Order: sequence, then structure tokens, then C-alpha cells
Amino acid sequence: MSAVLFFLAAIGALSGALGVVMIRNPFYSVLALVFHLICLAALFLLLRAEFVAAAQVIVYAGAVMVLYVFVVAYVGGSDEPVRAGGHPLRILGPLFALAVAIELCIAMLGTALKGISGKGAPYITGFGTPGQIGKLFLTTYLFPFEVASLLLLVAAIGAVMLARRRRGLGPDEQLERVLATPRSSYTGTMAEGAGARGAPAGERS
Amino acid sequence: MGIGWYLVVSALIFAIGLAGVLIRRNPLVILLCLELMLNAANLALIAFARLHGGEDGQIFALIVMVVAACEVTVGLGLIVAIYRRNLPVDVDELNELSG
Repeated sequence: MSAVLFFLAAIGALSGALGVVMIRNPFYSVLALVFHLICLAALFLLLRAEFVAAAQVIVYAGAVMVLYVFVVAYVGGSDEPVRAGGHPLRILGPLFALAVAIELCIAMLGTALKGISGKGAPYITGFGTPGQIGKLFLTTYLFPFEVASLLLLVAAIGAVMLARRRRGLGPDEQLERVLATPRSSYTGTMAEGAGARGAPAGERS
Repeated sequence: MGIGWYLVVSALIFAIGLAGVLIRRNPLVILLCLELMLNAANLALIAFARLHGGEDGQIFALIVMVVAACEVTVGLGLIVAIYRRNLPVDVDELNELSG
């Protein structure tokens, strides 16, 4: 049963990852990543990491991916044009990735670690539950926990500073041109009341 | 299932993410591929936590998730800033710093 679940989740995770890379439209790439993350959460559950799996689904597949979807909708998920002529990276990139994959597999399967073909060490009841993780976070790993919260705060402020709407005019914008936005006549603006504009030139008394 | 299988899946996901970073040109997709690589590392960490029967690797994976969320926020902020300035959202066009 666990083998069947493992292969289903692994095939789902790998096909989701391939989908992220292959699909041209960034919007569908994001959806493929959501699928990949959910399959990965199933793998985490098989490894008895309940809390990490739940956090993966809620934080990653929920919150972070919503951020992605909003940005793709804002920037416009246009298909990227296929480059005329092969860039060297387009051919060398997959080859390099294949080499890295083979090397990692050799390193991991040829290792001298005894337990790597077994099912893992015996574990206590409550392994990976929120209670256990929370206890570790508040005792042994208190400092990384606080640093992580500080990092999140800095990232949130940084993102707001980076993406905020700049006040003021650009270097090439003249004030008159900005103020002379087309506005329909007789709408009762203050500029119209002062006679600056609004009424067409012929009707102005 | 042996722990080695999980490690092989993690290595394959990492390689796919690496290929994506190398061949895609849209910075949004490059960020997605970075996420793939971070998730591959997470899977390896959790597999090793299971191998040793301790939760330290899971704590590490959670911290990696926090760092990934920060990276995504700042990266998406940069992409929105690029878009607001009407620059092309394409990493090959944004090469002013390459001298």
C-alpha cells in the first residue's frame, strides 16, 4: 500500500515539476507547481512528517501560490516567444541538468550509509506531530525560530518598499502635461470655477 | 519503501528545477524553478530525518520553507517593480548590469 502511494505521489511530483519547466504559459506553470506541492506533501506524509506536510499545503500551495497567481495576473501571463535560433544554454542546460541528476543519484545510492535501503530508524509515537515540532521549536531551536520570524518581517517590508507606487513625477513628465488630463467640461471642478479651463474657449464669458 | 527512493526523487526534482532555471527566460518561471529546487532539498532533509529517527531535519525543512517564502516575496516585488517601469519581463533583456 505504501509502495503504491509512494509511486503515485512520486510520479505526480515529477510530472508537476516537468510541467513547471515545459509549459509556456506562466499561469499554467503556477498551477503545475501547486499540483507538484500537493504530491510532495503526500510524500512527506509517507515519511511521517505530518506537520511539515500540513504546512506545505497551507503555506505553500495556499498562500505563496496565491501570491504567484496574483502577480502573474498583474504582469500578464503572456506566452514567451520562441527564440529564433538556438541559444547555447537551451541545449547545454538540459544536458547539464542530466549530468547533475546522474551525479546526485550516484552519490546517494553509492553511499556507505547503511540505512539508506531500509525503511528508516524506529521512531517514538508522536514523531513529526505539531506538538513535537512545537516543543522543539520552543526549546532547542528557539533562536532559529526567532530569526525566521525576523527574516519574514524584513522580507515583507522589503517587498512593500520594492513594489510600492513611486510618488512624484518621472524625469520626463512636465507638470502641465500631467495636469492637462482630459476632463469633460462643466463637471464643476475647481479649475473650471477659477476660469482656468473647462468651458470651451468660445463660450467663456 | 526504502529511503533511497525518496532521495532519487529529490535528486530528479532538483535537476528538473536546475534545467528550468537555465533554459527559461521569464523571471516568474525562474522563481518557480527555484521553488522546485528548494522543495527537492526539503524532501531530502525530511527523508534523512526519517532515516535517523529524529525531528531535526523537519525543523530544518520548515526553516527552508520560511526562507523560500521570503525569497518569493522579494522576487515578486522586484518583478512588479520591473513591470511598473515598463521594462521587458525577460532576463535576457535585463542585462544592463552585465557591462
